Amino acid sequence: MNKKDLGLLTLIIVVGVIVAILNPRFLLPINISNTANLVGLFGLSAIGQSFVIITGGIELSVGSVIALVGVLFVDFVANEGVPWPLAVVLMLALGALIGIIHGLLITKLKLQPFIVTLCGLLIYRGVARFYTQDGTAGFGFGQNFPVLNWLTVGRSYGVPHSFIAMLIVGVIMWIVLHRSVFGRYLFAVGKNEEAARYSGIRTHQVIIWAYIICQILTAIAAMYFAMYTGSISPASQGNFYELYAIAAAVLGGFSLRGGEGSLVGVILGVVLLQELQNLVNLLGIPSSLNFAVMGTVILIGVTVDQQWGNLRARFRPRSAA
Amino acid sequence: METKDRTSGAETSAPWLVLNHLSKSYGPVQALMDFSMTVAPGEVIGIVGENGAGKSTLMKILGGVILPDSGSITVDGVAHAGFSVADSMGAGIAFVHQELNLFDNLDVAGNVLIGREKRQGGLLSLLDRRAQRDAVTPLLKRVGATFSADTPVANLSLAQCQMVEIAKALSMDARLVILDEPTSSLPMAETEKLLDVIADLKRAGIAVIFITHRLHEIERSADRVVALRDGRLAGGLPRAEITHDRMVKLMIGRDLKRDAAHGDRPVGAVVLSARGIRTPTRPTKAVDLDLHGGEILGLAGLVGAGRTELARVFFGVDRPLGGTITLNGQPARLRTTTDAVKAGIFLVPEDRKLNGVLLDLPISENISLPNLPAHARRGLVSRLLEMRTAETQRTNLAIKTKTLSNPARSLSGGNQQKVVLAKWLAMKPRVLIFDEPTRGIDIGAKAEIYRLMRELADSGVAILMISSDMEEVIGASDRIAVMHEGAISGYLSPAEFSEENVLLLAVGKKIQDNVAA
Repeated sequence: MNKKDLGLLTLIIVVGVIVAILNPRFLLPINISNTANLVGLFGLSAIGQSFVIITGGIELSVGSVIALVGVLFVDFVANEGVPWPLAVVLMLALGALIGIIHGLLITKLKLQPFIVTLCGLLIYRGVARFYTQDGTAGFGFGQNFPVLNWLTVGRSYGVPHSFIAMLIVGVIMWIVLHRSVFGRYLFAVGKNEEAARYSGIRTHQVIIWAYIICQILTAIAAMYFAMYTGSISPASQGNFYELYAIAAAVLGGFSLRGGEGSLVGVILGVVLLQELQNLVNLLGIPSSLNFAVMGTVILIGVTVDQQWGNLRARFRPRSAA
Repeated sequence: METKDRTSGAETSAPWLVLNHLSKSYGPVQALMDFSMTVAPGEVIGIVGENGAGKSTLMKILGGVILPDSGSITVDGVAHAGFSVADSMGAGIAFVHQELNLFDNLDVAGNVLIGREKRQGGLLSLLDRRAQRDAVTPLLKRVGATFSADTPVANLSLAQCQMVEIAKALSMDARLVILDEPTSSLPMAETEKLLDVIADLKRAGIAVIFITHRLHEIERSADRVVALRDGRLAGGLPRAEITHDRMVKLMIGRDLKRDAAHGDRPVGAVVLSARGIRTPTRPTKAVDLDLHGGEILGLAGLVGAGRTELARVFFGVDRPLGGTITLNGQPARLRTTTDAVKAGIFLVPEDRKLNGVLLDLPISENISLPNLPAHARRGLVSRLLEMRTAETQRTNLAIKTKTLSNPARSLSGGNQQKVVLAKWLAMKPRVLIFDEPTRGIDIGAKAEIYRLMRELADSGVAILMISSDMEEVIGASDRIAVMHEGAISGYLSPAEFSEENVLLLAVGKKIQDNVAA
């Protein structure tokens, strides 16, 4: 854990203590368990997003992919009779395909990530709505697939399995990002793509892989979301979720310029965001103010972080010219 | 090449700017110590010193950006204890920085008059383009510019941009123009033009302070030299005593041994061979080039002759339009930098900060980056192996840093260049391409880089050295190839090495008399 992560953790604890004092129900096992579930769901997609952000890119299509993969997965399993393990593999493959396409457009055709993934956001949302004729894909089929149900919405000792899934993915991705050769390449490409290329790194490959990883994790998150919500309305499922993921990464110390950030940070970012959501509910703040609270806290957090750096720089003995 | 005396007929009058016993320290580091000097109208003063000698501190004090701890600055007899930016501008001091501060989306007039635009239309405050042009055109004439005031800056060459900066200085009625490393990225012909402009400024009674590592240019243009060493005045030289060796001696406090004779070295077999290489910039011209093991082949030419483009093709950055490259007699497939690195062809690029090092990454991670899989077990990076490599290279190249986990940004230019070199030396180079290897590097580190190049060549590595620095090309090469408009216009053997011959080939002419074959 670096200093930024520790600062974020402190903030999470301080906010938690205040909320717990104002409303002791915050600490009820059922509240914590439900919040953990949401942390797991949003955490999966935020981890994916952070791999793209580290390269200096951005992935705006996440929410739409959550809707598209969600309706396809539910339809395949519930209506088309596709065995659910096969459906899972198909969804992961779809995620990978979307990632490859985005990566190729960005590296080979030199399109800007914002534009490519913004178009993705529109396209996948449209396809999802067309596929279901804008109808809500509802299903009460959890009982028919006990294993799938247990894996996604089940709980062990009160701990939601979505949260455990996020932890497992988090550990693996921490190793990939912070210990592996590929992770080093990601940081190098994010810091300075040209210099990385001049060190013999296949920078295009590295960037394409970042989008593939992002979309595979998004597909996993999509299936968890689908099983959690139980019914999917393709027009609203996953709306704004890419922004939650980006916000979590920014709170977690990622720079949108690339080359900076830690996996622990992005997960703590997700925890803080969900804590804030929870706070709005528990403190009786009108839920219409939800976004406003979240935006304010992110703005304050990022500003404090920035100013803190400036203050420290001012009091540090300057080095010689 | 013409080497007319640019200072003849200069009569210097009394100094108007006096620096009295300036000192400045940053914590324990004494950046400037009891430094005094004077500036008289029409004086061209060369300031020399290694990096860290205190030149930039001195310039910041002159610009009013930082205040000295003690000492004062006197302008026209009035002493200023706290010399502010406004005082500096009021005194007519103008800077032309190494990194130019121009807006390339504006035209020349817009840049010269930035913040002081000519307006019309009363409250509407519209830009009066004609008035702008009329105000700037005479200034451009004074600096000998051949472009017009409404040329977009984006279309100008580096030397032309410097002329714009100087015109800007003139527009503010500058009495002293400070040129910070103005020629370090200029090709030879454009350097000539700049030296002419300096002579013109001098004639108009404007003083010039000229900071450069290219001592040759000071030799030719300065009225006197002020040398800094470790923050102190190391000494000065009047016009008659300015020589390369005396300046070096003042800067480093001892004699610098020049690289010993070159020429009669045994040359190895051809390592890299290019036939008919064509690049997108000059699709109709083809390059044939043979590079031998154990030699340093200097590649000279004017900027834009296609030297860097050729290096990029060899390093797999760009794909050529046509032609073949063979490595040790085998056809080489160099489609990406990864291919080139695998083949043992490495590049030390021209723009160190953009392409050479990752400034924010630790020194150790910069060094291991091209060869990371060799520093990993089962895909996971071993910091131990990484540190071991970095430590070896630190000793090898004498990289000056407290710790290898510091970011590369913390190093001086010369040491950053050593880091670039270290990442390649940690692997096995066959061909090492240096593009402007010592640009912006101080003279001590320069000598070390030359020594390393020589050692590498002696160990059998084939070295291609692109350089616009005449002293460097002639002093460090075993053989010189000269490029002109996308093709090799000739080779020079050591017996033929001379500035005249390099320049003749660079502008596409033939050498008159071949001294030796």
